[in-house]
Amino acid sequence: MLTNYAFIGILFVVALSFPLLPLIMAFFLRPKRPTTIKQSTYECGLEAIGDVHVQFKVQYYLYAIAFVIFDVEVIFLYPWAVAFDQVGLFGFTAAAVFILMLFLGLLYEWKKGALEWI
Amino acid sequence: MTIVIQIIFALIAMLILGSALMMVLAKNVIHSALWLIASFFGVGALYLLLQAEFLAVVQVLVYVGAISILILFAIMLTRAADLAGETGRQWNNRWWLSLAVAGLLFGALIVPTVIGETWNVAPTEVAGAAAGQATGIAGAAELGRGFVYEYLLQFQVIGVLLLVALIGAIVIAYDETARRRRVLTLAEELELKKRQEAREAKEAKQSRKGKGEKPLPAPVPTDTLSKGNEGNEGNEGLVVR
Amino acid sequence: MTDAVPLSWVLGLSGALFCIGLFAALARRNLVGVLMGVELMLNAAIINMVAFWRYLEPRFITGQNFAIFIIAVAAAEAAVGLAMIIAIYRNWQTVKADEVDSLKG
Repeated sequence: MLTNYAFIGILFVVALSFPLLPLIMAFFLRPKRPTTIKQSTYECGLEAIGDVHVQFKVQYYLYAIAFVIFDVEVIFLYPWAVAFDQVGLFGFTAAAVFILMLFLGLLYEWKKGALEWI
Repeated sequence: MTIVIQIIFALIAMLILGSALMMVLAKNVIHSALWLIASFFGVGALYLLLQAEFLAVVQVLVYVGAISILILFAIMLTRAADLAGETGRQWNNRWWLSLAVAGLLFGALIVPTVIGETWNVAPTEVAGAAAGQATGIAGAAELGRGFVYEYLLQFQVIGVLLLVALIGAIVIAYDETARRRRVLTLAEELELKKRQEAREAKEAKQSRKGKGEKPLPAPVPTDTLSKGNEGNEGNEGLVVR
Repeated sequence: MTDAVPLSWVLGLSGALFCIGLFAALARRNLVGVLMGVELMLNAAIINMVAFWRYLEPRFITGQNFAIFIIAVAAAEAAVGLAMIIAIYRNWQTVKADEVDSLKG
């Protein structure tokens, strides 16, 4: 069982070294002639203005909350779905109540207008 | 085989504890959060080693995928206040007391207990391992059955908890004034102007009674801004929309 | 797995993680840092659950169930806690735990 993960481990190491090795090689092989223009921040041709740390909007956070909550919901629904043919109608009802409760939360968020991008 | 597993366990333990330590020591909160993500990832690998495969996936999905994102978002949202204090200490004045508490807890309570106790590891797991892991270890299907039968109440309570958390977090974090501060389209602005003129005409006709709600943005009270960085208002154009 | 790594190693690991998390929760000035410490402590508790499940009764789902419930509670706690930090930031313009002191006598 655990030995199956050895392949994933080997693949992980290969995948990690595949991009890292050329980067490290390039670091030693490349000519180093820095100029101001070369070292300036590249931003799609536009000149970078202001600070990196601009204030983000709280709207992002509201979306993140909804994402986390429904992510956790999926965590609970996945085992239920795996055992779906064993739990029958009772299990279906139990999960339906569970989903309905979180749907109420979604409705609240919707009504409150937290899902609108402003 | 034994030594290989021990080496893997040692590597995972080093990843978990090392990145947790770096998380505590890092000055920058963003770096701190990134080290925390590394620590979560190590814990997920440990679950894989402990053959709790579903839990490993859950760990990556919820902790690495969701909670870290939430933490990073919160850091970015509260970034402006932190910039000034970035050069200051990351620990409070009584950090040595916290260090003593944590160190004593570890040295005087956890280590003696863990070493002194003979955890009666039953030989059942040997039988389970011999019979083949598929029958010996509970997986996602057993969990699903447990949610419906034995742990039905807990399952539903978690549903209520998630609902309350969703509503509560939105109530706390949602800024009502932010709604009125948005940039209006030209049509909306004209409509608002028309409405306001109508209201003013009506107000002029009647005696002035109750200002009513103002449709246009209430300016940010200056006293809340005075403590923060000055550029908050001037930076309005830089706010990411 | 269970004969290669004794249970006490895993418990020691989780204990160390718990203490690091405790130190972070008590000592960090940034409120988000405090919450990160709490998350580490919860993770240590979950490791304990999983370890006891795996070593003592791998046939039953009690330990894994506990772990999943703790993860769900941790997610809810993180969502509400970080929302509170954002609300504090909105009112005080700070996220340092020792600067939010309006209850001080």
